[in-house]
Amino acid sequence: MSYDATYTRELPLVTSRADFKEIDQVLAHPTETKPTKGWWIAFGISFTALMIGALALTNTLYFGIGEWGNNQPVGWAFDIVNFVFWIGIGHAGTLISAILFLFRQRWRTGIARFAEAMTIFAVMTAGIFPIIHTGRPWLAGYLLPLPNQNGVWVNFLSPLLWDVFAVSTYFTVSLLFWGIGLVPDFAVLRNRTTNKIKKTIYSVASLGWTFSNRNWSNYERAYLILAGISTPLVLSVHSIVSFDFAVSIIPGWHTTIFPPYFVAGAIFSGFGMVSTVLIIVRKVFDLEHIITINHLEKMNKILLATGMMVGYAYGMEFFIAWYSGNTFEQFAFINRVFGPYAWAYWTMVSCNVFFPQLFWFKKVRTSIPITMVLVILVNVGMWFERFVIVVTSLHRDFLPSSWAMYIPTITDFGLLLGSFGFFFTFLLLFIKTMPLVSIAEIKAVVEGAQPSIHPEPHGEGGHK
Amino acid sequence: MIKKIVNFFREYNSRNDEERRTDRLYAVSAIFDTPNEIMAAASEVSGRGYKKFDAYTPYPVHRLDQAMGIKYPLVGPIAFTGGITGLFLALLMMWWMGSKDYPNIIGGKPFFSLPPSIPITFEGTILLTGFATVVGMLILLNKLPKINSPISDTEFMKRVSSDKFGIVIAADDRMFSETQVTELFRSLGASRIENIYYKPSNLTDKTPIFNRKFIMTLIGVAAIAAIVTYFTLNIVLYQVVPFDWMWKQARINAQSESLFFANKSGMREPVAGTVARGFMPYEYKGLPDSAVRLLANPLPVSKNVIEKGQEKYNIYCSPCHGYFGDGDGRLNDQFPKPPSLHNSKVLNWKDGNIYHVITNGQNVMPSYEGQISRDDRWAIVHYVRVLQRAKNAKDQDLPK
Repeated sequence: MSYDATYTRELPLVTSRADFKEIDQVLAHPTETKPTKGWWIAFGISFTALMIGALALTNTLYFGIGEWGNNQPVGWAFDIVNFVFWIGIGHAGTLISAILFLFRQRWRTGIARFAEAMTIFAVMTAGIFPIIHTGRPWLAGYLLPLPNQNGVWVNFLSPLLWDVFAVSTYFTVSLLFWGIGLVPDFAVLRNRTTNKIKKTIYSVASLGWTFSNRNWSNYERAYLILAGISTPLVLSVHSIVSFDFAVSIIPGWHTTIFPPYFVAGAIFSGFGMVSTVLIIVRKVFDLEHIITINHLEKMNKILLATGMMVGYAYGMEFFIAWYSGNTFEQFAFINRVFGPYAWAYWTMVSCNVFFPQLFWFKKVRTSIPITMVLVILVNVGMWFERFVIVVTSLHRDFLPSSWAMYIPTITDFGLLLGSFGFFFTFLLLFIKTMPLVSIAEIKAVVEGAQPSIHPEPHGEGGHK
Repeated sequence: MIKKIVNFFREYNSRNDEERRTDRLYAVSAIFDTPNEIMAAASEVSGRGYKKFDAYTPYPVHRLDQAMGIKYPLVGPIAFTGGITGLFLALLMMWWMGSKDYPNIIGGKPFFSLPPSIPITFEGTILLTGFATVVGMLILLNKLPKINSPISDTEFMKRVSSDKFGIVIAADDRMFSETQVTELFRSLGASRIENIYYKPSNLTDKTPIFNRKFIMTLIGVAAIAAIVTYFTLNIVLYQVVPFDWMWKQARINAQSESLFFANKSGMREPVAGTVARGFMPYEYKGLPDSAVRLLANPLPVSKNVIEKGQEKYNIYCSPCHGYFGDGDGRLNDQFPKPPSLHNSKVLNWKDGNIYHVITNGQNVMPSYEGQISRDDRWAIVHYVRVLQRAKNAKDQDLPK
């Protein structure tokens, strides 16, 4: 979190130069006040969605996955689509906190904590789906290499197992990353509160952090290392998710472009979701001078770049299908574009590739309402991308006699809605209970926060 | 009831937060207003040769650790150790589970090879690096959690966690002298100088975590969690629909009654005149002479066959005949004692005769046709021959 501002001159990260006390005041405010009406309405909506999802889940658990629209040959449908969608959303958080940190992009400070929280909740949401799609989720323990009475272990050659390791590692490391970021902020809240119960909770959560500089020194090094290991981790997770498809022999899945294509898509969709939520949150909690237009514009630029990467992947898939001379592969792609699911394909292409081109214009990038519409379209488009990959590849495979259409049931939609409810319920609780921008980090980037003199070191000598 | 709980929390809340301090000095603290001042102050304090001092800042101040003369942070080596451990543990796990403990043939691929092991090895490396970094930083290096330090709950702490920069020189520093330190801070331009005294709880060395109420609560929570877990895993997830492992379903068990069939039996028998696969009927039933004349042991005499015969003999024959064919089996008192297999009658029997007795039964011995497969019966015959030979061994049978 220490920055050398001599390399670049940027726009000030925090407009209307707040002093440190004011930063504490603004960022701790949501956690110290009763929820507003707006918050309750939002919570009510997402909790209702969550309950609808719970009903759908109960239905699924009691009667089995026959309640879904899955059939032969479409054995994977909404379950896996939702899983990949939510895992993808979860990629922006670690990308913002780790990769942008390593690139010394100081503007990440305003949005990093929030995006990390989204990562945690998105991965939790995603984790529901592979477990319930096994049909008997109460036996999910067998996914892990645990000793059992059969003496047999898991299959280490299966990409599905790699997925278990990748997703659980990703969740754990993201949680650690997020957790150590929260430690000093809980200490700030601990020192501010006068409520004894709150104080006990914050004292425990802050582990008794003292702001000692000997601690900060270790802390910063640990943060750098976590950022360093999270960067390859975030790239590995969606690569491994893509292996679930790419290692199979289904035309439309069996392609080597999948890992980078999935990672680009994940970043794209993650940024889309972060923008969607941030635009609302900064308005509701009066954080416009901490999460500035400048932030949103930079995120829009990343959306434009990753959107074009995704577009390139769409084109390259087609090219390879033609270039490979494999008729099954060629058919799979022609079927995608002109077949019975063409509407889904064109929704995907227009939302992910065509509309984001508007971000070339600065007027569009800096306009909140237009950005809002475009990022929601990105979310829609990325959900459809996974739908197109999963369903259109399966529904017409090698044998025309086994072709079939996939029609989702009301339980499928219930679970999809419930996943949004689950995600937003957690997010809203987070917003009310923890500082949604890192207090310590934002203080460190305020103008005048870093010393202008650097005395000669004494004592045992410093590092570097 | 609810009122009581609310009142309890109110009372708890209103209790005086400030613990009375003792008069034993922990440290002298000073507060500075700007990052430049703290840099200069830290540099000066370090330069004077104080060792037990620390700077407190609301956020990490760039290069302050250099001014304080802090050594290179050890987090890196700890993280590296964790990563290497994770790498080798993951590889070892996959190698041992997949190729040593329970080798499973999967698509004819090797039990262990590097390429498909890379993803999990990578994840294991990252996971343990992450744990090592966080545990190393928080617990090993920063000695956290330390909820009840003398410095917590002071005005000093309130300031340095928000907008000021502080320095503390501990009273147990070798060079410490209250007046000198205060003088030094004043000359450095501190805006506020304050002595920090120990809390009584610091001196009794008792953290609130060890108080009895807290520990009893923990034990209570653990007990409830254990009971709930037990019932969830053993009752709810095993016997309640839909978690009943498909025990409860619309089906007819063998041996049970069924009104669906004319003879009211739940079991079905083979259609008349047909033979189920692997259940060829014995053609010499009640015809010992033909069996002896026509049957010959189809199995070779080999170590495998004899071991198979031993296994089956020990399971099916030894309860009556004994492990060595002496007729002294474990059921001796409850069942008539069979004759020894080493008498001259059985010694002179042909293989077919022994096979016939196993298959057909004799006197009180029932037929074992339904329990022991044909090949296993022949293997038992070989093993019986081995027992007979062993009991009547000649000099030339001994190894030279």
